[in-house]
This record gives sequence, C-alpha cells and structure tokens, in this order.
Amino acid sequence: MENENIRKELVVSAIENGTVIDHIPAGVVFRVVRILNLEATGTQVTVGFNLESRKYVRKGIIKVSGKFFKRAEIDKIALIAPTATLIIIKNYKVIEKRQVVIPEEIHKLVKCVNPNCITNSQNVDTRFKVIDKDDLRLQCHYCEKITAKNNIEII
Amino acid sequence: MKNRSFVSITDFTKDEYIRILNLAEEFEKQPTQKILEDFVVATLFFEPSTRTRLSFESAASRLGAKVIGFSDASNSSVVKGESLKDTILTVANYSDLIVMRHPREGSARFASEVSSVPIINAGDGGNQHPTQCLLDLYSIRKTQGKLDGLNVAFVGDLKYGRTVHSNVMALCNFNTTFHLVSPTELKLPSYVKMHIKNSNLEYYQYTELADVMKVADIIYMTRIQKERFSDPIEYEKVKNAYILTANMMEGCKDNMRVLHPLPRVNEITEDVDSTPQAYYFQQALNGVYVRQALLSLILGVK
Ligand SMILES: [Zn+2]
Repeated sequence: MENENIRKELVVSAIENGTVIDHIPAGVVFRVVRILNLEATGTQVTVGFNLESRKYVRKGIIKVSGKFFKRAEIDKIALIAPTATLIIIKNYKVIEKRQVVIPEEIHKLVKCVNPNCITNSQNVDTRFKVIDKDDLRLQCHYCEKITAKNNIEII
Repeated sequence: MKNRSFVSITDFTKDEYIRILNLAEEFEKQPTQKILEDFVVATLFFEPSTRTRLSFESAASRLGAKVIGFSDASNSSVVKGESLKDTILTVANYSDLIVMRHPREGSARFASEVSSVPIINAGDGGNQHPTQCLLDLYSIRKTQGKLDGLNVAFVGDLKYGRTVHSNVMALCNFNTTFHLVSPTELKLPSYVKMHIKNSNLEYYQYTELADVMKVADIIYMTRIQKERFSDPIEYEKVKNAYILTANMMEGCKDNMRVLHPLPRVNEITEDVDSTPQAYYFQQALNGVYVRQALLSLILGVK
C-alpha cells in the first residue's frame, strides 16, 4: 500500500505542468533521455528506473516539467520505448493519458543501417516505411534495405 | 507511363510490363524509327558500365534522340565535389529524360524526387537494375512463347544477386515455379522467399545444379564472387560446383534456354555457346528493344 502511494506520488505529484513518460522498458530509460535531449531542456527532469510495475517486471519513468512533446518527439519515444505511456499534466491534474504509437512512416528520425545508402553519403533526409511494428523493422524508402530493431540509431 | 520515373521493378504493374514487352517486340521487328528526334536523353554514369550505357545509347540513337552525358564520374567536371542533387537539377535543364547509374543504393529514387524530368535507373549500387529485369522477362517470353506457368531455375549467388531478387519478384506475377540452386551460404534471402509464398507460388531449393536440368524451362545462371564469402575455404569448396557445361544439357527440355546477365567468368563453359540452349548473347541484344520501348513510353510518343 505504502509502495503504491509512493509510486503514484512519483508519477504525478511533483509536476505542475508537463509530461510523464511512464512504462519505459528497463534498459532504455537513459536512451530516451538522450534522444529527447532532456538534459538541455532547462526545466526539471526526474528519472526513475527499476521501479516495480504490474505489467513489466521492471520499468522506468521520466517526468519532465513544463514540456509537452511534439509529434516527432513522440515518434522517437515510440521507436525506443514502444510500451511507453504519456501522461500530460496541467495544473497538477492528469488531463490525458495515452500509449505511444509507432507511426506508419518515419521521417528524419532514424539513420539507415546500410552504409552504402544515399542517405548516408549525401544530404538526403531519411525516410522509412514501418513494415513490422511488433518486431520493429523499417524499410528504407531509398535503398530498400531493412533496418531492424537492434540496429536502430536515432539521428 | 508518360513522364514517370522507373527506379524499381515494383514501380510498374504487371499490365505495364506487358505493354513494354509488346512494344519491345515491335522495335525488334523495326529497330530504327526516328520518333525521338525532338528529344535529348542524358546518360549519367557515375560509375562505369560500358555494356549498360551502350545499350541505352544505342536504343536512344536508333530512335533519333540526341544523347548527352558522361560515362565515368572521375572524368567529369560536373561531378567533382558536386552533390547528386545539383548534378541532377543541372542536367534536367538540358534533357528530357535522365538514365543514371550510381554506386550508392537509393540514389535513383532520390534523383527521381528532385528531378523535373523522368529518371530511368540503370543500376543503383546493389539495389535495383530494373531494365535488366525487363529484358530478362522479354527473353523468357520470347524463348518460351509465354511468361505464365514456367519452371524457372536460378543458379549461383542467390543471396547478393540483385538481378535474381528483382526477377523473382517480377516473375511472381506470372505463376512461376521457382527452382533455387545455390550453396547453403548464398541462399535466396527470406524476404524474397516470403514474397513467393505470399504470391501463393512454390519454390524448391537445391545445392546441385544437376537436379534441375530436366525440370527447368529457363536456367538463369549467375556468378559466384569470392568476396561474398567470409571463409575462403567455403568459396574453394563451392566455386566449381555451379558450372554449366554442354554435356549437362543431355536430357533437358527442348524448350529449355540458358540465360545469364553477363559478363560471365567461368560459370558457363564456352562449349555451351554453340548448343541450342544458349541464349545469353541474344538476351543482351533484347536489352536494346526493351530500352527503346521504355524510352518511347516514358517520353510519351508511344
Ligand atoms: Zn537506406
């Protein structure tokens, strides 16, 4: 009971306005911090990991004060942490709670795994079609090669 | 097809392939027709490929088009340090259609997105070479009298051979039964096999070339390259296992023909050249007719 209260507190209480990224799979919390460049936001960011969770054995959470993520940023989160939930908080109240969604197409977010791809040698924005959402597989619009989950490198 | 780029074999539908092949047949009957006299075709070969370039230039010239361009980026002032985008934008000012070959995969797709004139991909690295695929379809149809329901064997490097991948994809439109002959480490990639399965077609895998000699209508030979093997001992083991010789033809179907994208090294011995099954030199010539058809359809004169 006490644990549950502490957990709730950690999720919502400290933020007046901002976003909580919850249910981040263990092991990728700092990756999420990095791809969103949260160290540079200038606002208060709290990171927790190895938290007990009913759904996942271990999960991570990131609270970002004064920040509401844009579409491209949410897409990035979805690629790294597909199980994540976004909790939008305004005036200490949860006003929206939603699961991130992997988009059908991904623009300018991911590097193509193929070193011989035109996007890796010229100034060409990357573009992928998501051909498998469960076992994340992206097909390059240009070289047609597959970038798989373990090769995904966020730009 | 007017004004459309042709980058990947999947850019056109089955009906469009047929239309190209039918028109190519007309050009085979009458190769010289001055229907493109008002057009300028640019051939930009950022990496040399004499065979492919000459085939395109011959096709354009027989139709009366003017041909401009370069055959090797290292000799070209246009390309030194210039981005691909800038080269394409510049050349698009001077031409009505651009044929390009480039060592980077995806270069032709990118060019088609920045160019104001249509692009024909004449090879983008290891990715696509769709006109090779069209000329193979033309050769298959010509030698068999049809494309539907054939037994086609692909032999050699099925893993890295881009022509094999495109041909398999294209033939999936034509109720083909596939016979795949390769060393274990050079098997057809699973995504291509998946495409066969999704088309409700059958494929059989072999490691011995002899096993397909009697069943095949078409035997499509490819080269096995040493650099594809991480272990040189593996290469030594298989390098002579996929060589076609004249005496292997015994008992093959009368209609069987041997294709090869050329150049060959040793995978077809020279004694095969004089057998009725050898078709690879004629196959290369068919490339001109297919490219004539493509140029005139994209430029909108047919
Ligand atoms: Zn790529």
